[in-house]
Order: sequence, then structure tokens, then C-alpha cells
Amino acid sequence: MKLVIIDYGAGNIKSIQFAFKRLGIDAVLSNNVDEIKAADKVIFPGVGEASSAMKMLQESGLDKVIPTLKQPVLGICLGMQLMCNHSEEGNTKGLGIFNVDVKKFSNSVKVPQMGWNVITDLKSDLFKGIKNKEFMYLVHSFYAENCDESIAKTGYEIEYASALLKDNFYGVQFHPEKSSLAGEQILKNFLELKTNN
Amino acid sequence: MLTKRIVPCLDIKNGRTVKGVNFVNLIDAGDPVVLAKQYADLGADELVFLDIAATLENRGTTLDMVLKVAEQVNIPFTVGGGISSVEHVDALLKCGADKVSINSSAVKRPDLINELAEKFGSQCVVVAIDAKQIDGEWFVHLAGGTIPTEIKLFDWAKEVEKRGAGEILFTSMNHDGTKAGFANEALAKLSELVNIPIIASGGAGNVQHFIDTFTLGKSDAALAASVFHFGEIPILELKQKLKENNIPVRI
Repeated sequence: MKLVIIDYGAGNIKSIQFAFKRLGIDAVLSNNVDEIKAADKVIFPGVGEASSAMKMLQESGLDKVIPTLKQPVLGICLGMQLMCNHSEEGNTKGLGIFNVDVKKFSNSVKVPQMGWNVITDLKSDLFKGIKNKEFMYLVHSFYAENCDESIAKTGYEIEYASALLKDNFYGVQFHPEKSSLAGEQILKNFLELKTNN
Repeated sequence: MLTKRIVPCLDIKNGRTVKGVNFVNLIDAGDPVVLAKQYADLGADELVFLDIAATLENRGTTLDMVLKVAEQVNIPFTVGGGISSVEHVDALLKCGADKVSINSSAVKRPDLINELAEKFGSQCVVVAIDAKQIDGEWFVHLAGGTIPTEIKLFDWAKEVEKRGAGEILFTSMNHDGTKAGFANEALAKLSELVNIPIIASGGAGNVQHFIDTFTLGKSDAALAASVFHFGEIPILELKQKLKENNIPVRI
């Protein structure tokens, strides 16, 4: 199993690498196009601001590469948001993998949403063994709207898509690497997904 | 529904836990990694490590500790104490810290908040505020609450939010160490004033104090040290009680 975590300068990737290490998998950090293409599974992380993260992707040419990947890809947090059509954060055009827009929570709730909330309406092998209303750790100010590609939902101000799936592309708004045992189970499930590469 | 967070705080000196901790039979109660793992298993929602003797010389030791915690612990954690530069924060985050907490350094140079929020995102910037109520007015204090300033708590809270703080950790010097309850009046006012999460700190003594700070104090999270470290309030029991009182918790 060759697992690559895309290292394009956005965010805390060490935690993700450690989480996989706890599962017995040595993930490679890379921004090398060939290495990413050759991986069995790819993690697309991201923490920070959308437009600057997108800029970093463009600088390394990864914005063109990621949508063409054939193996299972898991976008986490901002990574997932960048896989959408458009984000209100910095008026950023996304990679357009998920046909949905990313909006900002209004001031009727505290922003960012920070802490543990539940995921419901689970629809994918990614959630094998995960019970409905399992708690996940989230930190975010922007959210993907509910849509046909939702495979999990979470409620905060409104009900939004806390996980998305399109073909081989998975995205989760929460941080499985920080979500205790249930989060580890999701990462394990991702590792066990069939590889089409 | 977003749940209220229970946050044990561990004091660290030279990479080791300092305050006595004896809530379970630990082989090495001074090992932050062992403790952190225990707390994660017992249901803590996140952890705060406070480097109480942070100096330039022992920075490497702390980074090493952060790396070890990140390797082993599967819940989020914040590191605070003696952080005053973008480079230092960069190093901490690269070692796997999820958030950093800044305090005196933010008061001395408020632009630090903007710089950190721009470079790393608001989500990892916790601004800790120590304040003391003097003649009815809350004033910000520095250096662990020892040095008073003229800065008013609520003005400062507004400013740190505007500058990009993702969260405020508020410690009432009047309540800290008293075990008589959190500063709920000030906390509720803070919560109404700013639109970022507020962590209550200082005064936890019993379960009712937690219920009060989540209801009357409108806190988003509650931090405590000794009541957890000495097993006076087992976290799971606390959460069950909170749940019985209709306070949403992860259980």
C-alpha cells in the first residue's frame, strides 16, 4: 500500500501522517506529480485560507493533476472544500470535482464551528462500522451545501454536507485524524477501499 | 449539535508534567504522552499543554514533547506558554500541535494575532486572556496574571476577535484556584460580545460549576486542571451529569 499525503504547504499534515502511522501505514509526504499519480491512495489535506491554498496548488501544478487522479482520493477539511466548485472564502474557484459550492456560516452561530459534532445519513463504505450520529472533530467557518453527492450530514446553523463522494473522490469536512477511535476507523476504511489504479 | 468541550490542562516544565497527577495508576505521571493518552481514553474532548517555564533554551525539549504527543494522541491539543513569534508557531504546528495559545505576547504586540491568523488560519490561534475584576471592572493581566495592565477585558476581547483569533481562553484571576466556580457573568458577557468560541478557565471545583458555566456562563468549553488530575471529577461522570442536565456533550 503506497499512501501519499499531498504536501503543498497548507496545514497540519503531521497529524494525518501520525494517524496513519498508528494504523501501521507509513504515508509519504509529497508534492511530486509522478509520485502522487503512482500512489495507491492519496490524501489531500488542507488547513488555512482557501484562496492562498489554491494558489499554492496552482504554483505546483497540482490543481490540474488532482482532478485526473484515478485512485481513491480523500480530501480533508479545506482539502474537501477546494474540491468543490467555488468557495466564498476569498472568492475562490475550486477544482470542480464536487458539484457544490462552499458558503460561510452566518453570524447567528459562533464562527468557526469548533469542536465535536455528529455525522448522520451515512452513505458509503468510508463509514463502515461507524454508527449514525457518531461524533467527529470539526474546525471550520465555511461549509459545503447539502447536495446529491453528500455521504454524511452535520447540523450547525443549517444541515450541510460533512462528507462528499464523487467516483473515486472522497471529501470529509471533519478531521478523522483528530476524531478519536471513530476517526481512526474512517481512515482504516479509506485504506481498505478498492483501488482502481 | 455541536457539543460543549471538556478540556484538561497540563502544566509542562522541561517537557514533563509538573503538577501532581494521580487520577489513575500511571507508571509515569510525569510523562505528558502517557497522561494525554489517558485523558483521550477517558473522554476528554481536547487538551491544553501549558509550558510554564518556557525559555529559548528549552524550546527544543517542548517541541520534542509536542511531536511525541502528536504521534500518540488522537484528539486535538493546544500548546501555550512563551510563544511570541511566527517562527515558533510554525515549528509547533509542524510538530503536530493543532492550536497555539498566546497571551502576554499578544498584548505586547497585537499584530502577532493578525500575522498568525493570516499565515496559519484563525482556527489555530487561541488568545488566552487572564483578567482580574477590580472595583467592578475587568482588567487584563500579564505574565500569568502577575502584572496588571490598563487594558479592559471586553475591549481586548473585541480586538483579538477582529485581529483574527479563532478562540478565546478566558481565565479569571479572581476565580482561579478557588474551586468556587467559573466567572460566569463575565463569560456570558464575552460570549455575547464576540462571535468566536469561549473557553472558561479558573474556578472549577465541582460538577455544578461546569453545568453553570455552560448554561449561565454560555461557555463553549471548560478548562480545568486539578479537579481532573486528582480524580476529584472523573470526566465520564461529569459528562453524564452534563447530559442529564440537557447540555450537549460527546459521550
